Amino acid sequence: MITLSPLRWGKPYESLDFTDVVHFDTGEPIARVGNVGGGIVGRDMRQAHKARQALLEFSTDELIERCKQAAVLFESADLSVGDSQQSVDQFVHQQSASTGLPEHMCRSNMAKNSFVLSNIDQILDCLTRGLDLSFFSRGYGEEGRGVIVSYQSQTPVLGAVLPNNSPGVHTLWLPAIPLQVGLALKPGSQEPWTPYRMVSAFIEAGIPAAAFGLYPGGHDAGGAILTKTPRSMIFGSAQTVAQHEGNPRVQAHGPGFSKVLIGDDVVDDWENYLDLLVESVLSNSGRSCINCSGIWASRHTREIAAAIAEKIGPVDVLPPSDPNAQLAAFTVPAMATGTHAMVQQDLAESGVEDMTASFGEKLIERDHCAYLRPMVVHADSPDRQVASKEYMFPFVSVVKCPQDQMLRRIGSTLVGTVLTQDQQLIHAAGSSIDIDRVNIGPIPTNRLNWLQPHEGNLIDFLYRSRAYQVADMPVATNT
Amino acid sequence: MSTADGTVSEEVAQQASDAKSRLDEHTVKTVHWHFSEETGSPFWLEKKSELNFDPLKDVKCFDDLKKFPEFEDEWLRGGPVRRWVPKGHAGKPTYVFETGGTTGVPKSRVVVEDHWTDYELFSDTLPDQYFPKGSNWLMLGPSGPRRLRLAVEHLAQHRGGICFCIDLDPRWVVKLIKKGWMDHLEEYKKHCVDQAVTVLTAGHDVKCMFATPKLLESLGEALEEKGTSIPECGITGIFSGGTEFTPQWTKFCVEELLGGPPEEGGVYMTPTYGNTLMGLACSKPVTAADGYKISYYAPQPRAVTEVVTFDDYNQVVGYGETGRVKLYTLTDEFFVPGFMERDEGERESPFATYPWDGVSGVRPFHELAGATTVGVY
Repeated sequence: MITLSPLRWGKPYESLDFTDVVHFDTGEPIARVGNVGGGIVGRDMRQAHKARQALLEFSTDELIERCKQAAVLFESADLSVGDSQQSVDQFVHQQSASTGLPEHMCRSNMAKNSFVLSNIDQILDCLTRGLDLSFFSRGYGEEGRGVIVSYQSQTPVLGAVLPNNSPGVHTLWLPAIPLQVGLALKPGSQEPWTPYRMVSAFIEAGIPAAAFGLYPGGHDAGGAILTKTPRSMIFGSAQTVAQHEGNPRVQAHGPGFSKVLIGDDVVDDWENYLDLLVESVLSNSGRSCINCSGIWASRHTREIAAAIAEKIGPVDVLPPSDPNAQLAAFTVPAMATGTHAMVQQDLAESGVEDMTASFGEKLIERDHCAYLRPMVVHADSPDRQVASKEYMFPFVSVVKCPQDQMLRRIGSTLVGTVLTQDQQLIHAAGSSIDIDRVNIGPIPTNRLNWLQPHEGNLIDFLYRSRAYQVADMPVATNT
Repeated sequence: MSTADGTVSEEVAQQASDAKSRLDEHTVKTVHWHFSEETGSPFWLEKKSELNFDPLKDVKCFDDLKKFPEFEDEWLRGGPVRRWVPKGHAGKPTYVFETGGTTGVPKSRVVVEDHWTDYELFSDTLPDQYFPKGSNWLMLGPSGPRRLRLAVEHLAQHRGGICFCIDLDPRWVVKLIKKGWMDHLEEYKKHCVDQAVTVLTAGHDVKCMFATPKLLESLGEALEEKGTSIPECGITGIFSGGTEFTPQWTKFCVEELLGGPPEEGGVYMTPTYGNTLMGLACSKPVTAADGYKISYYAPQPRAVTEVVTFDDYNQVVGYGETGRVKLYTLTDEFFVPGFMERDEGERESPFATYPWDGVSGVRPFHELAGATTVGVY
C-alpha cells in the first residue's frame, strides 16, 4: 500500500497520524496518508517567502519550459509518488478507486490538467493580455508606449484547500508556478492523487522542491492554510462560498449553477442542440460546476426535457473500468441518500415533473457507496424551487420562462451558454453580472477555453496593478 | 515492567494485586458512605430504592459496581443541585462546576475539596526540576463555570507559587465555529494569546503553565513572531490535556515549539486526561523513542478508567485492544459507578508507577465523532 507523507517545502515529513484512503466499493485501504495539524502549516507559512525565492532563481521562460516537461511527465511517466513508483495506469486506477469516478473520466481529467500545463505559455499570455512575464519577477516594466506598469506580488505562495472528488479543478492552481508563486496545498482526503503526482512531476522536471508544501490533514490544516497564506482558494459547497464572500484573501469555488438559455429565435429548432444539452448535463457524471443544471426556454420545454430524459434516463451503473461508464459513485452513501431526499422534496412541488420517472429507481445503494442515476425534471415556471438547484450527479431542470424574464431570474450562473442570434439578448447576456463565463452560440457548458479566465483572473488574484513612478536621480556634483 | 501484550513482571503483578485490593476496599467504603442515611446524598439515597440490589450489602468489591445501571449524564442536568451534596458534607462551603452547556442545560457537579485533592495528587507526579516549587504559573484556558481555573490556581499555590489566569470561554468558541465566524474565532484566540504574551514578557518569573493544546500552539507561534519562544520566556514545565493531545501533536510541539525533549530544550510537557466528573488522569512519560505514545492512568482508587467493548460496556477489552473509555469516580464527595465517556482508546498494562490499567490513543468515540466539536480551544 502506498504511503503519502506531508511535504514541507520539499522535505517529506514523518507524521505519526495516518488516515487510510479506501476503495469506494470494497472499503479496502488503498493508501495511507500522513496528516499534519494547523500548527505545522502555520509554522511553515512563516517561511513561505523561501518558496517564492526558490522560484525567482529561474526566469519565467525557464519555468514555463519545465512546466511543459512536467505536463509530459504527469501524463505519461512513472513517477515517485509517496514511497512508491506510480505509473499512469496505477494513478488512474487509484484515483478511480477512491473517488468513485469511472477510469476514463480520470484519464480525461488527467489530460485536462496536462493540457493546461502544456499550453501554459499561451494561457499566461492571454491572462496577462500579452504582458512580458518578467514584469512579475521584477515588479514593474515598460509597456512599450513609454508607460511603466507595475504588478506587485500579493503573496509568496498560493494556498489551496482542494476537493475530495473533483480531479478537474487542479487546473486552477497550476499557473502559480510559472508566475513564481509557491504552492501550499491541502489535498482532498479521497483525492490526494493529483496534487501528489503533479508536484512529483514538477520536481522531476526541475522545478525546485522548496516551492511546494503538501499538507494533508483535517479542518485544522485547511483552516491554517486559509488564514496563514495571503492568497488561497477553497473548493466546497454554497455554504463554503458564502462563508468567504467578500474576503479578498480567499477565492472560494463552489456550485456553478451553469445553464443553457435558449432564445425565442431558435427554440423551435431545439432538436439541433440536443447533443449539446446532453453533453452539458452528463459529462464527468454531472459532478462539475461547469455541468449544466438548468435549461431555460420560453416554449417546448416539456419536449426538450423529454428528449434529454430519453437520452440520459437509461444510463445505469457500470464498473469504473468500463469505458462506457457514465456515473460516478457517491463514496459517502449518506450524501446520495440525502441528495435523493432533497430531490424528492423538489418533485413534491406542483408544476414540477420528473421526466425520467419511467427509467427506474434512481438511488442505487451498495455496501460502501451509492449512486444516483440521471434525472431530468420539468419546471413550468422559474418560481419552482427546483429551478435554482444543482446536485452532484447528472441532474437538470428544464425551466419554462419567457425570454424577457430569463436574465432577471436565472441567478448566479458560472457558465451561461446562450443559444440565439438575437442581438438584444446577446448584449443583455454579455452585460449580466449573474453570468461569469458567457458562451454565445452552441458551446456545451463543460467545454472551457483555457485562454479565458475562470472565476476571476488568477493574475489579478496573485498580483496587484499599482503605480510605479521612476525619475532619474540628479548627478552628484564633484567637488 | 510491562509489555505490549499485557504481560507484566512478577513485581508489577504483585503491585497490581495490592492496588486491586485497595480499590476493592475503597469501593466498599465509598458505596457505604453514599448509600448510608447519615452520610449519603439525596440523589443516591433516592436512587437506592430503584435498584434491584442493596448496595450496602451486595457491593463487596470494585467489580460489584457493574451491578449498577449505567450512569446517565442526563441526571446531572438541572436541579436542584444540592441533591448531589452528601449529608456527610452538609454545611461545608460547596462549589458547582459545569461541563458542556453551549446550548441547553449544562451538566453540573458539586465539589467540596475534590478538585484540590485531585491536583495535589497530580502535583506529586510533576518533576520539581521542571516545575520548580515556589515558581509562578500561568493558566491559559477555560475558567468561568469550569473547575480548571480554580484547580490550576490551587496547584500553583500548593507548590508555593502564584497563578496568573487568562480566561477563554469555550461555549462562545463552539458557537463561533457553528456559526462559521472563523475570523471572530481567530480574533478571540488572538485576544487570549496576546494576554498570555503580555504576562510572560512582563517579568513575573512564570516558569510553569497550563494551556490547552490549541492555545499552547498559538502562544508558541505568537512568541516566535515576536522573536522569542516558550523556552526563552522562561517556561520549563507545561501540562495540557484533551483528545487533540495526540502523538503527532506532541511530536510537533516537542520538536518544533519546545526545542526538543526536556533534556535538550529545557521544557517538560505532560499530557493529562480527565473531566469535571472524574478528575485528572496522569500520563506515562512521553518519549520520541516510544513514538510519542500517550497512555493515561487514573488516580486510583479515587477514580478508575476502563476500556470496554463497544457492545458490552461491562466487558473489559484485552490489553492493546480498542474499546470505549468508561470512567468511575469514587470519592466521598461524588459517586459515579461507571460513566461512558465520549472517547475510545486502547487498554494499557499496569506498570510500576501506576500498577493498574491505563488507556492510550484516546480519541473521540467513532460513533459520536461526527457530532462532537473537539479541539476548539
